[in-house]
Amino acid sequence: MSTTPANTTTAIELTTIGSTADLVNTDITRIDTAAISQSVLASGPEIIIIIGACVALMLSLVPHPRQDPLLAGVSVFMIVLAAGMSYGLADYPQTAYAGMFMVDGFSTYLKMILYLGTTLTVLMSGRYFHNNRLGKEGVFQGEYYALLLFALLGGMIMVSSTDLLLIYVGLELQALSIYVLTGFLKTDVRSNEASLKYIILGAFSSAILLYGMSLFYGLTGTTNLNGMAAALSTLDLSDPMLVLATLFMLVGLLFKVGAVPFHMWVPDVYEGAPSPITAYMSVVPKTAAFAVIIRLFMQDLSILQPIWILNMTGIAVLTMTVGSFVALVQHNIKRMLAYSSIAHAGFLLLGLVAGGENGMASILFYLLVYTFMTVGIFAIIILLNKDVTAGAPIEDFSGLAKNHPGLAIMSLIFLFSLAGIPPTGGFFAKFYLLAALIDEGHVVLAVIAVLLSAVAAWFYIRIIMLIYVQPPAQQTDIQLNLPIRAVLLIATIGTLMTGLLPAWFLDFIANSMPLGLG
Amino acid sequence: MPIDFLPVFLMVAVVVTLAAFILTVSRLLRTDNPYPEKNRPYECGIDHVGEASAGLFKVQYFVIAILFVVFDVETMFLFPWAMVLADLGLFGYIEMFIFIMMLLVGFIYAWIKGALEWEV
Repeated sequence: MSTTPANTTTAIELTTIGSTADLVNTDITRIDTAAISQSVLASGPEIIIIIGACVALMLSLVPHPRQDPLLAGVSVFMIVLAAGMSYGLADYPQTAYAGMFMVDGFSTYLKMILYLGTTLTVLMSGRYFHNNRLGKEGVFQGEYYALLLFALLGGMIMVSSTDLLLIYVGLELQALSIYVLTGFLKTDVRSNEASLKYIILGAFSSAILLYGMSLFYGLTGTTNLNGMAAALSTLDLSDPMLVLATLFMLVGLLFKVGAVPFHMWVPDVYEGAPSPITAYMSVVPKTAAFAVIIRLFMQDLSILQPIWILNMTGIAVLTMTVGSFVALVQHNIKRMLAYSSIAHAGFLLLGLVAGGENGMASILFYLLVYTFMTVGIFAIIILLNKDVTAGAPIEDFSGLAKNHPGLAIMSLIFLFSLAGIPPTGGFFAKFYLLAALIDEGHVVLAVIAVLLSAVAAWFYIRIIMLIYVQPPAQQTDIQLNLPIRAVLLIATIGTLMTGLLPAWFLDFIANSMPLGLG
Repeated sequence: MPIDFLPVFLMVAVVVTLAAFILTVSRLLRTDNPYPEKNRPYECGIDHVGEASAGLFKVQYFVIAILFVVFDVETMFLFPWAMVLADLGLFGYIEMFIFIMMLLVGFIYAWIKGALEWEV
């Protein structure tokens, strides 16, 4: 009895290996050292980040008087190293790990956005934890930076993977790290609540995503995106199972992006999480999730477009509408920005509807601009908000122009950019997206988008009014330190540069676009 | 295609039958003498508090369970690795050390944080 099951399992394994065309190994026992070292080299940035996270974790165990700056420094150093390596690898597009992992211009560009978002988050975290007296429990800092690096790593894996399983591994690595980071204020009830809500809904959405993936595996017999594309071209697109699989996978990813009607976790989680993590959440996971959506639905599996295009159009319009209108009645700045991020997600989804190279380029540009302006406005929120338990009422901004004209100007730039007013990056992000839409003949959608962004502009302008018209509510002494100055400077320059020299950035994006678009 | 899975179903059938058989035979053969002490759920020798069905477990079990995963995963990979080590050569040897180092980082962290201390 003992030999029979063993033999049959081997037989089953062999048939599975045989059916996945890309993974055929004639000689399993021999190790191909050249292929492995090529794979290791191609995934060098990821390995650097893993080492960085482990070092940060180990260093956090050694008591050190200036532990927080030390750990932040290590994190930033490792991210810069990884960015350098990514930059070097960008000229050598290659696949690694038996076709599961891809290094190309597209993934490199998105990784740069992820590095940028994480670096800025790391830089502004020190101020936040200092403000909230969390620095005294120094031991937690190491976990914080290690988790941030692991979340970054998850995002990097997501943007580089060309295999459903690897995409899922990256997604979960990122999600699990962020669940913990959301609940990082252990004594704050709202932080705990946010973390719990995020875990439950995140697990739910992961389950839906996995179900969609498993259906795809059943239909195509492979999890490799190239293999799937080849298998799908022989399938009937009206097959209800295929429709179901596509929609499940889409829903799972839209959950992560926070599109309506899968947005209900966004405001609560954004409000409860520590402010740097809120900034991080609205930038890095969103970029990574959009990378996966683009990779799946616009590149490798673009053949599925007839299935999702109508749903996507509906969801995009709905997302913009709900995001813009509900933000109008928010009194907490973080909640308001949560709805604003929902509205921006709707805009980004319109890029998918537009499709083609223009649509994709406009999404990539939008993600970059969004990173700059969102991180910038959150840096100001961190500076203004002294006490974590008080929440973040928009009245914090009252009379900022009188006390701190410099910060007021920066807030003005970020808010103008979020609203899409020139000469900031936000304007051109929306402009190119709308241009791509009109090019593809979606004029009605473009008109709806313009009208809704006019609605959205109102709540940004409401804050600008508070800053410039209202008298100061209370005397707040704002202490700037070097890292947060750097964050504000980078974010301001980024927001302005993308607005003043959009063509330069677009050229950069066009160069990084992968060949063979669907 | 479904015929490929026939061995799996056979396996399931054998397992179910065997389990049912063992339980029935032991039911017939053993002496039946339950008393309260014996009916208590066994929890590593610690006296239980309240009902287990109320969902109240000591949180330390959770930490131990997570630590167990570290070693479990390690062993899971070590067994097949040991079987083919001769073919893998020096490269495979070093690679496994890298893997163990990664787990070691987690283990050291847990150790220094005091996850191995059992607080009563």
